[in-house]
Amino acid sequence: MTLDDLTKRRSEWLRGEGPECDIVISTRIRLARNLAEFPFISRASQPDRERIEETVRHAISQSSQFQNVLYLNLEELGGLDRQLLVERQLISREHAEGEGRRAVAIHPEERFSLMINEEDHLRIQVMKSGFDLTAAWELVDQIDAEIEKHVVYAFHEKWGHLTACPTNVGTGMRVSLMLHLPALVMTRQIEKVFRSLQKLSLAVRGLYGEGSQAMGDFYQISNQITLGLSEQELLRKLGDIIPVIVGYEREARNVLIRDSQENLHDRVSRAYGILRTAQTITSEETMHLLSSVRMGVNLGLIEDLEIPTLNDLFLQTQPAHLQKISGTEMDIQDRNIERARYLRRQLSKDRS
Amino acid sequence: MRCQRCDKPATFHITELAGGSHVELHLCEDHAREYLTEASQGPATAASAAAALAQHMFQAMAVSQTAEELERLDQKTCPVCGISFYQFRTQGRFGCAHDYTAFRKELEPLLANIHGEIEHKGKRPTHSAKLSEKRTQLIRLRREMQEAIETENYERAGQLRDEIRRIESAT
Repeated sequence: MTLDDLTKRRSEWLRGEGPECDIVISTRIRLARNLAEFPFISRASQPDRERIEETVRHAISQSSQFQNVLYLNLEELGGLDRQLLVERQLISREHAEGEGRRAVAIHPEERFSLMINEEDHLRIQVMKSGFDLTAAWELVDQIDAEIEKHVVYAFHEKWGHLTACPTNVGTGMRVSLMLHLPALVMTRQIEKVFRSLQKLSLAVRGLYGEGSQAMGDFYQISNQITLGLSEQELLRKLGDIIPVIVGYEREARNVLIRDSQENLHDRVSRAYGILRTAQTITSEETMHLLSSVRMGVNLGLIEDLEIPTLNDLFLQTQPAHLQKISGTEMDIQDRNIERARYLRRQLSKDRS
Repeated sequence: MRCQRCDKPATFHITELAGGSHVELHLCEDHAREYLTEASQGPATAASAAAALAQHMFQAMAVSQTAEELERLDQKTCPVCGISFYQFRTQGRFGCAHDYTAFRKELEPLLANIHGEIEHKGKRPTHSAKLSEKRTQLIRLRREMQEAIETENYERAGQLRDEIRRIESAT
């Protein structure tokens, strides 16, 4: 498997399957781990970074579980390839833009990725489509145990797993659920949801990264606390609250359907119309319109389109994917034209 | 009930919550749509990790530290990786696992501030915390060995090398 094969495949987390997948796009869990015998990344010399990378790579090579992973040295990858990995959420933006020896190991079906020399020496990340905390935890727990057979993690009796930033210490675990909440945004109840989540020490972020405005009504909800609660308790905390938010979103959708079906249908149909006919379109507008269309499909207002197709379009219309698929590097204006062309082609294909 | 902005019947009843007070709006479909599509303020954006950390730090330390104490504290360094407390405080990132022990006194109020708790309750690796701490000492030993070589103190470098090997082979 090569990096270019990725663009031809559907990421695990975009399969559009699993519990509550109309609203919960994906479940992901990451564990932050460090090797006891090396300085953390901010103090690691270039030889340190190389030895960390070699140590983790060796640990990975020892287990049959990691036999088919795609192992990439990020120093050797071009900017476009690194951007592609960010868009697929296989590496973080920081990891893409970092310096020095660093790598990623990717499961062929993108069920997990292992980031080496990111903020911590190792970040194990597991992705599942839909709302599936149990399966995601079982996999990440098992990968963690497998790697630990061959390395000594930095661990303290009292504070648990030691991390470069004290906000991750203890479990080193971040559980994130990506939710599509267009009706809560439309009915302006989303702020209320955020405030109640913040009271529960849960963080809410927009789809693409920290601090950025949510694009296309996608929100990532994750735990803020990593110390003092066990992994099971943290999972339960999210496991309890997510169905409540899903319930609010469904209720808001029902209200919209009941009280303003024509307006809603109009909005959704116009969005679909623009996507099928535009001649030039930005990725922001694409996200925004695809979001409306996605809700329209879920509510049965659009019948000739499948959710997995839509999920693919969210990814394939991102800048790096678009350029990879078309095989040429383009500036913004050319990308907007190519994006519109790609959307017209894909959406007419699906209709026939 | 009539729309608050025109004479049509109000079919949308919206409750806005802001800053502890709430405002009720009763609007017709057109005005509700106008209202709801007005530029939304967006989510309360999460401040960057470092900025958030600095804030926690400030809250945790403002309790008792005077400027003098803080200055003295800033000069404290980790014997293993050599990072100063000032460097940690400004970058928000530790230099090695031993920093948690080296800055323990200052760190515990900070951890309590961030997490509400200071004791790990979750998963433990199969190896012991003691082995982990021993391995972390390798960072210091390797550094000292390098220094010994640079100052041509080969006898000392040899001793350090033996000690490093001893720790590396212990599991």
